[in-house]
Amino acid sequence: MDFSVVIEYFPKLLEGAWVSVQLIFLSVLLGGIFALPIALARTSKNPFVNGLPFLYIFFFRGTPLLVQIFLVYYGASQFEVVRESVFWPILREPFWCAIIAFTLNTSAYTAEIFRGAIQAIPVGEVEACKTLGMTKVQMYRRILLPRAFGIVLPAYGNEIILMLKGSALASTITILDLTGMARTIIARTYTPIEIFLTAGVIYLAISMLVIAIFKQIEKRQNSYLGPIGSIKVPDKG
Amino acid sequence: MIDLHGFGHQLWLGALITIELAFASLAVGLVLGLIGASAKLSSVPVFKWLADAYTTIIRGIPELLTVLIIYFGATTVLMAIASQFGYDEYIEIGPFAAGVTALGLTFGAYATEVFRGALQAIPKGQKEAAVALGMSRWRIFYRITLPQVWRLALPGLGNLFLVLLKDTALVSVVGLDDIMRKANIAVSSTKEPFLFYSAAAFLYLGLTIVSMAMVHLLEKRANRGIKTT
Repeated sequence: MDFSVVIEYFPKLLEGAWVSVQLIFLSVLLGGIFALPIALARTSKNPFVNGLPFLYIFFFRGTPLLVQIFLVYYGASQFEVVRESVFWPILREPFWCAIIAFTLNTSAYTAEIFRGAIQAIPVGEVEACKTLGMTKVQMYRRILLPRAFGIVLPAYGNEIILMLKGSALASTITILDLTGMARTIIARTYTPIEIFLTAGVIYLAISMLVIAIFKQIEKRQNSYLGPIGSIKVPDKG
Repeated sequence: MIDLHGFGHQLWLGALITIELAFASLAVGLVLGLIGASAKLSSVPVFKWLADAYTTIIRGIPELLTVLIIYFGATTVLMAIASQFGYDEYIEIGPFAAGVTALGLTFGAYATEVFRGALQAIPKGQKEAAVALGMSRWRIFYRITLPQVWRLALPGLGNLFLVLLKDTALVSVVGLDDIMRKANIAVSSTKEPFLFYSAAAFLYLGLTIVSMAMVHLLEKRANRGIKTT
């Protein structure tokens, strides 16, 4: 064991960690935005409306993230149409391909979390809204969505941790994220244990930070419910 | 279409490797999970601390990194140990063994929490009744606790198995000939990435559907003594 390489390459690893953080932040943000309409369509009772989101969620939750990344990064370039389109400058870049794949993936998981939260709201509250003569939009905007946001937080925190772990797959399409940077360094120094363990510690630190932040938000958002832990959240499938 | 330029058969062979890897890791993970849960509920602080460290570390770092650490790290560690005993030849562990170890460790860490919840869900009175009947500790575990833990843990374990099935794709990164790597090989010789990665995706989707059906059957069987509404 030679930990002097760790000290030497630590700045490089932090550089990689910064790329990982960017990947996670952007894909979670975009994924969250896409997830909302998908979840709302999925809760609809009309089979023509909820069929497509069902298939979307089923595909992205049923196949490995690695396949999805490869489909976006390598798969899209098979078609002449794609290579000549205006999207090519984006689809050529591994970073944006990773963002697209992660966003599609996380939006499917997040949509399921949102759906669980919307359905976890007691029926009585929906009935109360109707009794007060609220329109559907008012009901969602004033009651259901803010309530769902509070219920969703713990599961959403978990999803971000899963995305953090998934982001390591970006290294398979030549992105120098934390894992990619670690592999590059190891190819030069041949010290796999030291460098990989250091990368692991950095990942752990990031996930602890995410958990701590979410505890704070949860405390604030759900303060009206009394002590934390009094609300039940359906498990992520 | 099923022929896929002659690579269809190769993809099937890859699927078999993927299934073998998933089940081998499942076996390792279930044992680790039961040990981990028992350690977490044990009254000995060291065991508790070790189990907590295990689940926190494994669940906090990416599965890909676990696979890489085991695959590249185990060689270094094993060779260092062996040279202490005067054996200086090159030792290498194969991608399959590394995959089973890494995915088994991951499954075990999540299964620890599932089993812990299940163990805690069994009413205390049952254990007291068993003690009153003069059963030994091992017999209580084997006759009273274990059959019920299985039923209570099954939904959680089923979800974890689906996650495990998808994580097997990561082992292709260190060169295991599973679905993913067979697809990579096919892509490099036919230059049709979309076709082969889609085929791989649908193979995984098929495996997921079969697993879901199997878990459903197992759950039905495990719940046959329980009144359901």
